Amino acid sequence: MVEAPRLHRREVVATLLHDRGDLAVVAGLGATAWDVAAAGDHPLAFPLWGAMGGAAMVGLGLALAQPARRVLVVTGDGELLMGLGGLATIAAQRPRNLRVVVLDNEHYGETGRQPTHTARGTDLAAVALACGFPHARTVRDAGEIEALRADVHRRDDLFLAVVKVALTDDPMVLPPRDGVYLKHRLRSALLGSAAMLE
Amino acid sequence: MGQRDHWAHDIYDVFKAYAIAIVSHVPDAGHSRLIDLCASDAAMRVVPLSTEEEGVALAAGAYLGGQRAVLLMQSSGAGNCINMLSLIKACSFPFLTLVTMRGEFGEFNPWQVPMGQAVPATLAALGVIAQRVDAPGDARDTVDGAAGLAFGSSCAVAVLLSQRLVGAKRFGEG
Repeated sequence: MVEAPRLHRREVVATLLHDRGDLAVVAGLGATAWDVAAAGDHPLAFPLWGAMGGAAMVGLGLALAQPARRVLVVTGDGELLMGLGGLATIAAQRPRNLRVVVLDNEHYGETGRQPTHTARGTDLAAVALACGFPHARTVRDAGEIEALRADVHRRDDLFLAVVKVALTDDPMVLPPRDGVYLKHRLRSALLGSAAMLE
Repeated sequence: MGQRDHWAHDIYDVFKAYAIAIVSHVPDAGHSRLIDLCASDAAMRVVPLSTEEEGVALAAGAYLGGQRAVLLMQSSGAGNCINMLSLIKACSFPFLTLVTMRGEFGEFNPWQVPMGQAVPATLAALGVIAQRVDAPGDARDTVDGAAGLAFGSSCAVAVLLSQRLVGAKRFGEG
């Protein structure tokens, strides 16, 4: 019997984004976007408010366009399940600067806590490996988060990590929701003010 | 028609003029020559997709990082994109897609007709401006204008490459 997950998503994200440097972050809609906002709103963050299933592919586009910069996609199990094919697309490109962290609470937390497929056996790290990801693992213990943080900031290869987190009710911390603002803010941070004159 | 005279070369030239760096696709026979041209260009990255909406999200991410992307698909893929186009509209991303049409001129497969006929309405529902090419000689100007509109004015634009242009597929051709 698998032990109930104990990690707290807010603490995990806060650790991963502590002293974040020039890491670019794409956050999937819902709880992961609030987690990323709770770690501190940042010009290099692009929280999605919709486009479910698209977070990893937005990350791929950003990673391909910015090959010298590490790009982190943080998303949930439900969001990733909606775009599973994207894992195969990403693995086929193998961008060394892209990393995907899935906060897996095994539920659709925003919509009434219905169980997702990960509650019934789907192993997203195994899916990623089967799609051709060179590295993927599932993290269950607090003692593994520092190593994950090191990988996020320093590893020079594509990987996916599933972090099993508790099903919690966390205070909502909302990032900006104007998409045009978020777009210009990230482009200005990445490309300088000249990006606004294109 | 000579190799170099094919409309796919005209479109490729437009891609070069607009510094398109990423060409994503769910393949279609009608796009195959253009895909080959892009794949043989070291300045372009060709990204095969598992479903078309991935290419919408990819284009948004590429633009965030300072590169221009184009999505190549056939008409059956337009419906797959519809919710992901929210991302394009909500953020006013420039977006350019080239759609080879099925389900119209000379179509032999009735299963291609529902989505093919619904493409203009589907795209219009999410604010994608559709422009159509019927004659090979119009491909360059139409794609050039569409790219100008997309990247110059941050619009979402689809060029519909008609089945008459691409050539009606016949039974046994796939």
